[in-house]
Amino acid sequence: MRIALVGQPNSGKSTLFNALVGLRAVASNFPGTTVEILRGRTFVAGKPAEIVDLPGIYSLHAQDPAERVAREFLLHEKVDLIINVVDSSVLLRSLSLTLELAELGIPMVVVLNMADEAEHKGLRIEKEKLAEILGVPVVFTVASRGIGLKELLSAIPAARVPKTPSYSPMLEEALTELVPIAQKDQRYAHLPGRTAAVFFLAEGEDLPEAVHRKLLFGTDRSGAMILADERAALAARIFREVARVERTKPSLREHLDDVLMHPVLGYPFLILALFLLFFLTFKVGGALEGLLLPPLEELSEKVRELLGGGVFPQALAGALDGLFAGIAIALPYLLPFYLFLALLEDVGYLPRLGFLLDGFMHRLGLHGKSVVPFVLGYGCSVPAVLATRILEDERDRLITAALAVMIPCAARTVVIFGLVGRFLGPLVALGLYLLNILVVALAATILARVFPATGPGLIMEIPPYRWPAPRATLGKTWLRLREFVKVAWPILMVSSFVLALVEALGWQPYLNAAARIFTWPLGLPAQAGVPLIFGVLRKELALLLLAQAMGNENFAAVLSPGQMITFTVFTIFYVPCLATVAVLLRELGKRRTILVILGTTGLALLLGLLVRLLSFAF
Amino acid sequence: MNINSGAIPLSQLPPGEAGQVYAVLGPGRGVQLRLLSLGLRPGATVRVLGRGPGHGPLLVEVNGTRVALGRGVAHRVLVIPSQKKG
Repeated sequence: MRIALVGQPNSGKSTLFNALVGLRAVASNFPGTTVEILRGRTFVAGKPAEIVDLPGIYSLHAQDPAERVAREFLLHEKVDLIINVVDSSVLLRSLSLTLELAELGIPMVVVLNMADEAEHKGLRIEKEKLAEILGVPVVFTVASRGIGLKELLSAIPAARVPKTPSYSPMLEEALTELVPIAQKDQRYAHLPGRTAAVFFLAEGEDLPEAVHRKLLFGTDRSGAMILADERAALAARIFREVARVERTKPSLREHLDDVLMHPVLGYPFLILALFLLFFLTFKVGGALEGLLLPPLEELSEKVRELLGGGVFPQALAGALDGLFAGIAIALPYLLPFYLFLALLEDVGYLPRLGFLLDGFMHRLGLHGKSVVPFVLGYGCSVPAVLATRILEDERDRLITAALAVMIPCAARTVVIFGLVGRFLGPLVALGLYLLNILVVALAATILARVFPATGPGLIMEIPPYRWPAPRATLGKTWLRLREFVKVAWPILMVSSFVLALVEALGWQPYLNAAARIFTWPLGLPAQAGVPLIFGVLRKELALLLLAQAMGNENFAAVLSPGQMITFTVFTIFYVPCLATVAVLLRELGKRRTILVILGTTGLALLLGLLVRLLSFAF
Repeated sequence: MNINSGAIPLSQLPPGEAGQVYAVLGPGRGVQLRLLSLGLRPGATVRVLGRGPGHGPLLVEVNGTRVALGRGVAHRVLVIPSQKKG
């Protein structure tokens, strides 16, 4: 049996998924962080069941890619049962989606989640009445505390196909006339007649002349809007039937926004929050690295001795070194970064961040939602690019993705602090971060000129502050780390293997000679060629290899300060690493990915040359 | 008596005041549907809670849901300001 969890963003869908199948999903208090489909297994009434967590959607007919993922799944995959997760405290607006799902003709259970919050708001919901109206079981839950899960599991066998919502006579007549037309349409041919007609009306651009005249009386409104309006009106009627608002008194947490989203006072808190995020990441990350690095280095020495000489054993030892680097170098910083970020996310602060920075982003030709991919980019570019799916507009997605890959991720942070920070001081390293923000802002302004804004701007729900559910927060951190490990470790190992092979065969001079086309103009020593070439695979490799290639970890002895900065600036901006290129290909397509690669590399060369010129001047 | 409908863009409604949504203007089925699904539909009562600095977005509340709206979007939502009490 396959069960799909469907609900609006912030309805606690992913928390429920975690509670049902264990620590394996991303839950979040930001619209659309579950951008991919998550699956898990569990037992329902003694039988194995697959639970699928779909991205949060406001409507089946809306436009952003995360929503399209959910729509495609429900229309084209075999789904035996839908669990419609509803945030009880915003029942009114959630019912529209419930009605959309009811048209699919799939057995359903409605979960009124966050029942405690509805109660706080003074909202009394009669679930029996709702169950009667919809014709499906309805249960109350508080998924973050595990309340109501048992009732949910025992309600599943009682799931029914919901009653079909019925609309005004005009609309009903139009739907009936549309059935044969919709069933001839490739997209909906496999659906039951009425469902096909509803989707045709909601998504189709052109209505047949006769239907158009009858339904719209010659007005310029679209059939989709009429349907959406009637559905919303029906939802409002159902709401009045089943719910009573007893009192509304603003709670403390609503007053929190008077400060945290205040046009002046909001900013000190924003800076504090970001400062804490990075400060704690460095503190905890540094401690973890110090703990992990020495024993692994020792182990690596032993392995080398054990394997002895020869091309292949040395290459094998190289691959192992790659794995050790993956464990001890980037991971210690990624772990606390993702953990603290997940906390900020689950508390509900990220949408506030988007709100506060919307004005600034607007000036760059983007809007507040793009802030999230940028912040994620400081961890790793891969989830940052994936997070652009929360943007509705394709042009916004392209620009945000192209810029997010230029944000120094954990791997590039290793280079910045291991080279510039260590030998030229942390202030210079910090200066590089500021320079980076400046360059990204400048690039954004230029891109906005080339691709004028087409989207409507910011439309973003600001969910209430919530205590994070530890399980969901840890689950999300774990999932993001696992993505990194899955993608990065194999690449690190293979590239270290290849590199050790190149070394054992003595091929570096050829590669260095080829790399002269960019090391020469940048004024870098020829030996920097191999590190920069392999840095495309994993950026932290650039620094590790530089130490090997120069035969010296004390870079101050072999590189001038100008060369160090040039090398670092070039490493920050040039070609995103292999894993990022892979995900760019998937999200943007071949042509645009090539443009991003060429653009960032050109920019890296330009900036490197600028730094070189400046270092002559001083 | 004034026969003006009194409708103004939501972006001009001062913080703390409420109004009734009268129409959502302009192109873009996506925008209209997205606003609709957040509860911003003709007839709904919307209250402006605050606004970001400079050209920043509006924070509004509708049916107990808080929504951030960019200025461009807020310009396109017409509201009839509610009568002030007292």
